[in-house]
Amino acid sequence: MPGLQKEKFIVPIGPQHPALKEPAHFEFTVDGETVTSASVRFGYVHRGIEKGTENRNWAQAMYLLERICGICSHVHSTTFALGVEKLAKVPAPPRAQAIRQILLELERIHSHMLWVGVAAHEAGFETLFMYSWRDRETVMDILETFSGNRVNYSANVLGGVKYDLGPAQTDSIKRGLDYLEERLHYYMKIVNSDESFLRRTRGVGMMTTAQAEELGAIGPTARASNVARDLRVDSPYLLYEQFPVTIVLGSTGDLQTRFVVRIQELFESIRVIRELVNHIPGGDLTVRFPRRIPEGEVVMRTEAPRGGLFYFIKSGGGENPVRVKVRTPSLRNFMSVLVGSVGHQLADVPMILSGIDPCFSCNDRMIVVRREPGKETAS
Amino acid sequence: MSNIPAGLPKPWTNMLNGLKTWARVNSPWAIHFNSGSCNGCDIEILATLTPRFDVERFGIKLQGSPRHADVLICTGPVTTQARDRLKRVYDQMPEPKFVIAVGSCATSGGVFQGCYNVAGGIDQVIPVNAYIPGCPPRPEAIIDGVVKLLGSLQEKKPEVKK
Ligand code: SF4
Repeated sequence: MPGLQKEKFIVPIGPQHPALKEPAHFEFTVDGETVTSASVRFGYVHRGIEKGTENRNWAQAMYLLERICGICSHVHSTTFALGVEKLAKVPAPPRAQAIRQILLELERIHSHMLWVGVAAHEAGFETLFMYSWRDRETVMDILETFSGNRVNYSANVLGGVKYDLGPAQTDSIKRGLDYLEERLHYYMKIVNSDESFLRRTRGVGMMTTAQAEELGAIGPTARASNVARDLRVDSPYLLYEQFPVTIVLGSTGDLQTRFVVRIQELFESIRVIRELVNHIPGGDLTVRFPRRIPEGEVVMRTEAPRGGLFYFIKSGGGENPVRVKVRTPSLRNFMSVLVGSVGHQLADVPMILSGIDPCFSCNDRMIVVRREPGKETAS
Repeated sequence: MSNIPAGLPKPWTNMLNGLKTWARVNSPWAIHFNSGSCNGCDIEILATLTPRFDVERFGIKLQGSPRHADVLICTGPVTTQARDRLKRVYDQMPEPKFVIAVGSCATSGGVFQGCYNVAGGIDQVIPVNAYIPGCPPRPEAIIDGVVKLLGSLQEKKPEVKK
């Protein structure tokens, strides 16, 4: 039939799809099995958090912002708290800073291990999925001894933290990290040597350094492509100056390197947590914090598990924020999926997608309302 | 399979109904739908599948298609975008179907109440059979919720479908 040649075949995926834990809609144009172009549509979990903060006072806004993402919740509340403390010129005491940093690194461990599991699951490697999630429970236990909560710890208050590092916590951290370190060596061995795993990951989703720069990738995704970008080093916050981390870089930029980089980062996190626990500064946990924040604007940047997190906070001198703008790392990495999946088999796409550690709940910061004539709902 | 022929004698119908309930209670298949959650509840649901909690030993299986599912596990408040999809997923599920709302958000809108794009809890859109509060609920709580729901199924007198 004439004309058939030119027709494109589009495979829609989502918004509700078994491979995605969260809703998003992808359209992959395929030629046979090969992907020729890709597009994505977000917005299913847009809740209007930024606007919501404007109707809440500073403390309430922090709890709302913590719930932007359940996986990296602490980094959101910490970034906001740091920003507001900068505006108010009331820094949190050093001990509070150290505890925040310990929690941030613990969160990175739990997030990366979660990712190792999910990505292994996408590769069809169920055993590694189950292993890494089993071992991840160790971190969850540590977080629970800290705060009584497994996911949204709400450890921050403006001007400090709620929970102290006592003997029980120190003990559980030390024991937990020893166990984890041993397991991580094992994972490292697997991702570097297991034949079937290597076939699924080596050379897949390749991103060169130039591409990573051009697409604006950040976080471990960029570092696996040899882009040295890490806000913990580039613009240290909390106690990252006294207790620095070294940037972990990979050179090839394929999926396998991302596994290696992420696992290597965990060794770094473990080292920093140990140092912090051993040399934690004494003193108070909180300072008195004003209800009203002086007028002004501030930008705060931190390194979330998935990359740089950016907060813009504006105060009008009142009890509520005037504007809070959040930019989360996942959105920046999405371009690399859309570009990277072109030329690959459709079966590799879930792997490439999970390679950036996507998180949709923090992506959906805006909504495009397009009312089609005769249709009541916006799309 | 779900409709028992009308002309059967009563003992037969009762037995078949009993068999259906038995099958349902012993191996419910669940589908997970995220209508705007923060991920916190989702990772806890995922955690219930992993070795420490392992719901599969109760016969509970998480799978992808609404058409195969008995239980819809919802997380998060309902956003305006997800509203229609949630309804559609619910409509696609075969009868009888049960809905579990996991987390404070799914129960009432939780911390997101008052945000402009949030319609509220799951029960604003579809009927809910069980609520599991918590932000997020612990995996044990989620399992407990599912087990309680199943328990309530067992107690119910097997109804005869017309
Ligand atoms: S109940 Fe809490 S953890 Fe669950 S989706 Fe809502 S904010 Fe997130």
